[in-house]
Amino acid sequence: MDLPKRGALPSPESQTMHDIRREPAPPEIRDSLIIRFAGDSGDGMQLTGSRFTETAALAGNDVATFPDFPAEIRAPAGTIAGVSGFQLHFAGRDITTPGDRPDVLVAMNPAALRKNLADLPAGATIMVDDGQFTARNLQRAGFPGNPLEDGTLDQWKVIPVPLAKLASDATEEIAELTPRERERTRNFFALGLTFWMYTHSPEPTAAWIRRKFGEDSALGRANLQALQKGYDYGVTTEVFAHRVEVPRAELPQGTWRNITGNLATAYGFAAAAQLAERPLVFGSYPITPASDILHTLSRLKNFNVRTIQAEDEIAAICAAIGAAWGGAIGITSSSGPGIALKGEAMGLALMVELPLIVINVQRGGPSTGLPTKTEQSDLLQAIHGRHGESPMAVLAPSGPGDAFEMAIEAVRIATKYMTPVLFLSDGYIANSSEPWQIPDVSTLPSLAVPTAAEGEEPFLPYARDPDTLARPWATPGTPGLEHRVGGLEKADGTGHISYDPANHEHMVALREDKIRRIAQDIPPLEVHGETDADTLVIGWGSTRGAIHGACERLRRSGHRIAHAHLRHLNPLPANTGETLARYRRVLVPELNRGQLSRILRSEFLVPAVSLSQVRGLPFRVTELAERIAHALEDA
Amino acid sequence: MSAATPPALTRKDFQTDQDVRWCPGCGDYSILAAIQKTFPELGIPREKFAIVSGIGCSSRFPYYMNTYGFHTIHGRPFPVATGLKAAQPDLHVWVVTGDGDALSIGGNHLMHTLRRNVDLRILLFNNRIYGLTKGQYSPTSELGKKTRSTPSGSIDPPVHPIRFALGCGATFIARSIDREPKHMVEVFHRAAKHRGSAFVELYQNCNIFNDGAFQLFTEKDTKAHHVLPLAHGEPLVFGREHEYAVVHEGFQLRVVKSADVGDDRIVRHDEHGPLAYLHALTELEDDPDHPVSAIGVLRAVDAPVWDELLHAQVESAIERQGPGDLQALLTGTDTWTV
Repeated sequence: MDLPKRGALPSPESQTMHDIRREPAPPEIRDSLIIRFAGDSGDGMQLTGSRFTETAALAGNDVATFPDFPAEIRAPAGTIAGVSGFQLHFAGRDITTPGDRPDVLVAMNPAALRKNLADLPAGATIMVDDGQFTARNLQRAGFPGNPLEDGTLDQWKVIPVPLAKLASDATEEIAELTPRERERTRNFFALGLTFWMYTHSPEPTAAWIRRKFGEDSALGRANLQALQKGYDYGVTTEVFAHRVEVPRAELPQGTWRNITGNLATAYGFAAAAQLAERPLVFGSYPITPASDILHTLSRLKNFNVRTIQAEDEIAAICAAIGAAWGGAIGITSSSGPGIALKGEAMGLALMVELPLIVINVQRGGPSTGLPTKTEQSDLLQAIHGRHGESPMAVLAPSGPGDAFEMAIEAVRIATKYMTPVLFLSDGYIANSSEPWQIPDVSTLPSLAVPTAAEGEEPFLPYARDPDTLARPWATPGTPGLEHRVGGLEKADGTGHISYDPANHEHMVALREDKIRRIAQDIPPLEVHGETDADTLVIGWGSTRGAIHGACERLRRSGHRIAHAHLRHLNPLPANTGETLARYRRVLVPELNRGQLSRILRSEFLVPAVSLSQVRGLPFRVTELAERIAHALEDA
Repeated sequence: MSAATPPALTRKDFQTDQDVRWCPGCGDYSILAAIQKTFPELGIPREKFAIVSGIGCSSRFPYYMNTYGFHTIHGRPFPVATGLKAAQPDLHVWVVTGDGDALSIGGNHLMHTLRRNVDLRILLFNNRIYGLTKGQYSPTSELGKKTRSTPSGSIDPPVHPIRFALGCGATFIARSIDREPKHMVEVFHRAAKHRGSAFVELYQNCNIFNDGAFQLFTEKDTKAHHVLPLAHGEPLVFGREHEYAVVHEGFQLRVVKSADVGDDRIVRHDEHGPLAYLHALTELEDDPDHPVSAIGVLRAVDAPVWDELLHAQVESAIERQGPGDLQALLTGTDTWTV
């Protein structure tokens, strides 16, 4: 994509939409910046944040995002309950989290201001739509007076901009739209203005609007106009003379794009099915925050992806199991409540030893819990949450981009060992985004595994590969391999129903051994930072960025500390025990009540200490660093 | 050299070496025998058959058939079979289920399978009792039934399998009886040829926990008076001497003496007929003085088949967009190069 150079003025012939009327002062250079867009659920804040993210990424910044929205689609307008936020951190260096406290808050109404005020450090910039600060809206937000006038905001730098009015004026000529509809373009006006303030080009968003709405549609023209006028407003208004530029980050060489975790998950599994040279059958029932995986895969039909929106969670996993029996890559996806419903069927899949992928995009629980918020509280459920002795492989990506790689890893393990695999993502990975180096497809590994074929001997559906203990994948339709599988205990080899006590003990041990053997076939646990320190901080899943950031921060203040991050949770990497044993102190930050720390304690008899948080939010780097520092003070 | 014709299959080709472990005298034996007679007559290679079952006495069926078989979990054979068809559209998939499996724990799946019209043959063994768990009432047990779990009598009115299927818009609905082997084979042939979901209710006697549940329709001296065999386009007459006929009466059907009505008043069976007609046909069972049960093919209509639509969408996407280009997909539209 051909982009105007950062901070440079376009030439008069330029086809971009800039209309520069005066020479701006050179921008202040900042290492990184955190912006939070906040407004009503219907104000388009997720879209606004995503567009800014794409633009910053295209301009070469490293970016990390945190979308945070309510479960209600449209809570009453103007209330705190309805506030939707999108925070993004863009930087000229490698960053791993969306940042703790925003430098800039763009608040579309009083409720958005009030909800986010506590997070703002003194001196932060607040841009507000002051036209929305009516008596009624102030009352809805719970402000006793008007904070723009009563000194409430004295410690911050407030920029009032009547966004709705300016947007409406900017789009006046578009007669097809009502004044109300014209006002609704104010998020693009705000976006144009922030592009000016942070020296980013509006052109990628203009191109996006043209693609999305069509250049000639009334809505497309209105949004383009609002975006342009917002940008121009910055150019012509003295108050925005102070601009900030965040330089390009030093990313590794290659071609990059921005990607969310759910998108990377969907692409990863579509890629894995291609690498396995088998169709993908995806059974799913809509649930927050997993549904985007279904949406994405349902559009990939030309990749031989067959999606089924099933009647319920159980049907969804059962369809994936039926498909796996039929030789396809069978996948189901859900979040905690749905995973609970799938438990019995997971047991069936591991009993009949078929490859199956179960994606759990974890959210706050129990029960309906916090549907749109993140949590890591399904780890023990993933490892143990089925009746009987029912071991299953469990993997967890450590960030949005990593979801792609781990999806391929999940299919590799499932098909090589003929076992169901649980893929533990979470709401934070699902919806947040980061720059992702696009892999060269030709370097991805083949995942082709043989399908059983008719031989001389009578076919044994439970014959075993001596190394992996996998049974043959014999698909219906193949002559000579007719066989029966089922949930009843079976004799090894023949698969005949068996209630023999010794056989059951043998089979239980065999299914356990099969999963244990995977440990020899996965990368060892790596330790980063001061590997010879006496404290190891170990985590798993989406907390990688925050833990990494906290450890870095502590090292800068003189602490010696090592960090390890698990991506394989069952089995654990073969060297996990010996790694833990090297440290006097093992700290385990988790967004649950200490589930990994329990596993480490019981598996390896180490005095692992849990640093737990269950607020529906990711760790903040500063807070986590403080808690680690505090733990270091204890002997 | 001419292409060798594969040797014709026989009943023996579909038998397994497993001991059949149903109770002696169970109706399931004759159903198994009827299926083992039907399959070799269908001209389909053995490896193309797959039998998927749930949980219950009837669901042991796959172990006794030398085809591909999957004994799944309670109530879930329908989605497993649906997923199998999504993976392999060419398979000839039969689902074996019971009244508890299909209408209690799996009722939701049966509803959605039928309304989608997935290309499956569904055999529902209805014995109106829970056999495998030793004698509790089932969703098809009659009101007031005394069982181990309802010592004071069941207070749950029963669900009617055929009315349920009609409500779901099933495109093929039939009924047969375990004691009528010839009739079962005819019905299975019809079901095998249907495109989409072919739903077959089988009256099946559980001689241990609910013996004689269907005896009016099976015993030599009563069945002619109580069973109405259906044939498309033929008049609804039954009885040893065809002494009974069925006529319209308002929104209902009524059994009358054939001698009392002219031929032109006797209803002719129509497999494509309105749902209300088929519903009325099942209401003949409700007459306390003379219950009459229709057997044969009640409904057979053409409708789009779910798995054909699924695969057509995939094929048309490949035709339109070309086979998926993974590198282009991953790259997307907005990239930058370092």
